[in-house]
Amino acid sequence: MAEPLLDVQGLVKGFGALRATDGVTLDVRPGETHAIIGPNGAGKTTLIAQLSGDLRPDAGRIRFAGEDITALGAAARSHKGLARSFQITSVYREFSALDNVALAVQAHAGHSFRFWREARRDDALRAPARAILDEVGLGSRAQVLSANLAHGEQRQLEVAMVLATKPRLLLLDEPVAGMGPDESQRMVRFLGTLKGRQTIVLVEHDMDAVFTLADRISVLVYGRIIATGTPQEIRANREVRAAYLGEEMDA
Amino acid sequence: MVLLVVGLALLALVPAGAAYFDQPFYVDLLRRVMIFAIAALSLNLILGYGGMVSFGHAAYLGIGGYSVAILAYYGVHNGFLQLAVAIGASALVALLIGAISIRTSGIYFIMITLAFTQMLYFLGISLEEFGGDDGMALAARSDFAGLIDLGDSTAFYYVVFVVMVVFLYLIHRIVNSRFGMVIRASKSNEARTRAIGYSPYPYRLVAFVIAGAMCGVAGFLLVNHTAYLTPDFMHWTRSGEIMFMVILGGIGTAVGPVLGAFVLLLLEDIISGMAGFVGQHWQLFIGIFLVLVVLFAKRGLAGLLPGARRDG
Repeated sequence: MAEPLLDVQGLVKGFGALRATDGVTLDVRPGETHAIIGPNGAGKTTLIAQLSGDLRPDAGRIRFAGEDITALGAAARSHKGLARSFQITSVYREFSALDNVALAVQAHAGHSFRFWREARRDDALRAPARAILDEVGLGSRAQVLSANLAHGEQRQLEVAMVLATKPRLLLLDEPVAGMGPDESQRMVRFLGTLKGRQTIVLVEHDMDAVFTLADRISVLVYGRIIATGTPQEIRANREVRAAYLGEEMDA
Repeated sequence: MVLLVVGLALLALVPAGAAYFDQPFYVDLLRRVMIFAIAALSLNLILGYGGMVSFGHAAYLGIGGYSVAILAYYGVHNGFLQLAVAIGASALVALLIGAISIRTSGIYFIMITLAFTQMLYFLGISLEEFGGDDGMALAARSDFAGLIDLGDSTAFYYVVFVVMVVFLYLIHRIVNSRFGMVIRASKSNEARTRAIGYSPYPYRLVAFVIAGAMCGVAGFLLVNHTAYLTPDFMHWTRSGEIMFMVILGGIGTAVGPVLGAFVLLLLEDIISGMAGFVGQHWQLFIGIFLVLVVLFAKRGLAGLLPGARRDG
């Protein structure tokens, strides 16, 4: 088996008496789409925040591409090739869609202590940004203020910004959250086109999306991973059924 | 854009008009207004575009002023040297204050920038050699080797005018550059900015230093204008006044700070000159005006101009 791209060992994070992450061990193989599912309050977002560097774990270790990144902050991890999207849409609302993506491109195009040339006329930033907007299907909305984009479009923009950082691993926190069925299907189809090309950690509530996209699934309950396996294995796992899936699995 | 050009053209004609109508007072008044416009422009870079609510921006007026006055006190009148010292000292102080302050945010940032400026204010008061509380007269205006004579009211007016226009343009370039996009992005959404790979701190710090240095130039001009230096250059109400100009004119707009400086200072001049109740209690009326603008013009006066849009 190939060396895992992301290797998480014994991760612990507590908030007061609550252990939101309670000894999580997890590995993500290069090229796979690894879904993390679990009921509300299972600690999915806390886990993602620790993987992205927004939260510092109390204990445990995170290795990325063979390197210990536990102590690195979010910006440094982004430069190692880890990119996250946010569960609650987090874009630059007063900038256009194209500006948003261009900012993400710029973050990985050397330092930004450049004071004179107009960034919006800089083809080295604009051209790649346009290409990525086209790829996610927002090409025609490039000049729209992102605050004025529909919710689904903002979710697409989130993904576009993540891709613009040329990541080796995508951490997607509920990319289809709050989307209508059509938008949601379009997003799932798009994420499907990334499969194989990109390694993805997908935290998602939408079971259709998870079982369509995931190569492997880990089930998080009360801060612990109770099972990891292929979609078939997870479907068949008694403990998972008991803890969580129930009717959604039978459907 | 058209309005801006017309406005600047009118300003350029003021000395001629004042001479024609034999009202030299207006040259003085507008020169003072433009010096504060420069200070407000510099604050807007960090407050409007960088989201750093510095409540101590008058510190750099003081540093710029003291640089000139102290050098002059010891007989150094070379304007180029004084200007270089004013800029360098302001940048250095901004670097020290910024390096500590920018680690905080929100109300703590406001308080810590205020605290640093109060320290400088009381330092100024304690400098007995330089007049302490009372301040001291500027020994002589900055001397630019016959190139420009700041003693000539009109020539000085044009110096201030040119500095203001140059700063307007410089800030316009900066906020639209890659650097400017990063500080604006950090203001808009810090978590997102970190997530895509920026560390906002060094960018914010550099913006803070640029703003401090620019305001140091305003201090250089101000002490030449008043020909008298007091610690009041750095008084916290001064910082508040500059902040009001930015808010009044329109936070994060290119020309807002200039507009704010003009409207606030000219209103002050007009209302305080009125007879009777209004003139005696002019601050009350300025206050009411400010409240109305903040309530009803969310983007300040610049937002009310036809064709107004944010710089971006």
